[in-house]
Amino acid sequence: MKLRDVKEILDAEVIVGEDHLDLEVKTAFGADLMSDVLAFAKAGSMLLTGLTNTQVVRTANVLDIAAIILVRGKKPSTDTINLARDLNIPLLSTKYILFETAGRLYEKGIVGCLQKVEATSVRN
Amino acid sequence: MKKASSVVCKKSKRPVCETKEKAATQTFAIEGGNFNNAGLVSTSIKSILKKMDVPGEIVRRAAIVSYEAEINVVSYAKQAVVNLIVEPDFVQIEVNDEGPGIPNIELAMQEGYSTADRRIREMGFGAGMGLCNIKNYSDEFQIFSEVGKGTRLVMKIFSK
Repeated sequence: MKLRDVKEILDAEVIVGEDHLDLEVKTAFGADLMSDVLAFAKAGSMLLTGLTNTQVVRTANVLDIAAIILVRGKKPSTDTINLARDLNIPLLSTKYILFETAGRLYEKGIVGCLQKVEATSVRN
Repeated sequence: MKKASSVVCKKSKRPVCETKEKAATQTFAIEGGNFNNAGLVSTSIKSILKKMDVPGEIVRRAAIVSYEAEINVVSYAKQAVVNLIVEPDFVQIEVNDEGPGIPNIELAMQEGYSTADRRIREMGFGAGMGLCNIKNYSDEFQIFSEVGKGTRLVMKIFSK
């Protein structure tokens, strides 16, 4: 689906990237822990998160994340918005909680960028 | 730096397409404790490699390992110098920090082991994944550390 559809499904506000709404997206990863995002998220996926600091944008940039979806109605700081704009990463905000955000997208065909972690990468 | 203790991890070379016959070395500085700038160096490394037409997957892996290392420096060390070396068949990133060092590297390499404080965790880091992740995304990874002096990471990603 297109990012435009994601915006509709999540009744989301587009904070950065109005001109990127035709971007095709298929997968997503959701976490508030950037350490896990760095370990597991795949290039081209959307990042669903409740964290709003600039490191979310840095992490997304490093991983070639297609778009950042802020959940639970979180509003990013000006620094975060400016960085997303500089690095050309779409930034959306939805009032849905992480579980609902993931569920609504999954129902429409978005899947996880991976289903399960490998046995060796499960933490104690 | 004295090789106080070290771990060397070598993985089999992954088949990746060719890089161009270009070579370059570049040096960057990281300021410890400054979370506002965390990620600047890895973003620079990423754009430099992109401009050099290094294959996308290698650029991505180099960006991930340098970002993880940068977060570690910002979280724990006073400062660090980063060297980016681009050769036709590999990208090497060295991070030399002045900091507290790591008393037990084997322990630090264990997934989930962390000494991070609240501030680091609030930024979304400090889950004890960084060094493992660096190892996983590098083809060759070396870590040297001396308590009270600092830590040196050498990460190598092959292009062929």
